[in-house]
Amino acid sequence: MRYIEPHAHMVSRTTDDYQAMLTAGCAAVCEPAFWAGFDRGTPEAFYNYFLQLTEYEPARAAKFGLPHYTWLCINPKEAEDPILAREVISFIPDFIDKPNVLGIGEIGLNKNSRNELKVLEWHIELAAELDQLILVHTPHLEDKLKGTKLILDALKAHPKIKPDRVIIDHVEEHTVDIVLDRGFWAGMTLYPESKCTPARAIDILENYGTEKIWMNSACDWGISVPLAVPRTALEAKARGYNRRWIDKVIFQNPVNFMKQCKKFKKPDA
Amino acid sequence: MSKSNAKKKSTSSMTRKQILDMYFMDARCKLIDIAAFLDRVERSEGRDDFRIKSFRKAIDEVIGNKKNKARRVLLSLSDPTSKPIAKAPGKGACGAWPGKS
Ligand SMILES: [Zn+2]
Repeated sequence: MRYIEPHAHMVSRTTDDYQAMLTAGCAAVCEPAFWAGFDRGTPEAFYNYFLQLTEYEPARAAKFGLPHYTWLCINPKEAEDPILAREVISFIPDFIDKPNVLGIGEIGLNKNSRNELKVLEWHIELAAELDQLILVHTPHLEDKLKGTKLILDALKAHPKIKPDRVIIDHVEEHTVDIVLDRGFWAGMTLYPESKCTPARAIDILENYGTEKIWMNSACDWGISVPLAVPRTALEAKARGYNRRWIDKVIFQNPVNFMKQCKKFKKPDA
Repeated sequence: MSKSNAKKKSTSSMTRKQILDMYFMDARCKLIDIAAFLDRVERSEGRDDFRIKSFRKAIDEVIGNKKNKARRVLLSLSDPTSKPIAKAPGKGACGAWPGKS
């Protein structure tokens, strides 16, 4: 089996995780900028985080022979402070040409507040200006449906944003259709307690097809499973899906989305 | 329930018997866990809050012949409003909508 982990927060994971992922067939890992579980709080902390994502972490992954890509932004959980957000966004262009940066992400909403929406619009504007791909985080639990709709409206409102170049992550049964209907890519996150279980992710594929959709572990500092993607592939196999079907979802689809950024190299796996 | 263009003809790779063979024990375990959770809540001192009220309402979506039960449960636990709120009250979500905002 070969797969791409399109959403993992490796700065929170151990070298054992890297080894386990490689053993399971991981051919590339992509790491969106996210919340640390606590507020970074200052522009300097974000600057250092971007250095970590664009210099230190790809070097750590390279020790295991794993290509590492990243996405940059100030996450929606720290977007209630527009002054901080403005400053962080101002130095994203300094990092955007680094060889492992695929685009702007994971931007989005958390509690669906006005400031969060304003900061989201700034990020969308930046992505349009710099012609970058976008990776979107949709809110958690009871906030997801409303937040997904607000995000889609904000993206659709920008004349330069092409839905083909945007992935809306963390979809579930109540949001996947509105994302695909409007021409965006959809990501399913495999979490033990929230978001999708492996069985539900396969159900969603059965109901909505395998076009413009991927799966990820979104493993981070919380309860999450770095091997969630290959384990879900095994469950799909147990449900009778063949290698081609599985390979499309866990390898080819992520490649097809991310190769829209010239810096992404299709792994030789 | 909105009609979706994205919705393809639903398929299943397995027969009903195969699905039951694969998932029945797991679902049975989760069903008993839910029953035990409700027993535990009812045994405890105090009053229901919006979470358990939403939970009981969501259970109604599971019962009967309605299609797309998972989607219905998720919708019933979701904030149905459409305007951004003035200020984020914190960072977390609790899994049910408190009913104001
Ligand atoms: Zn994430």
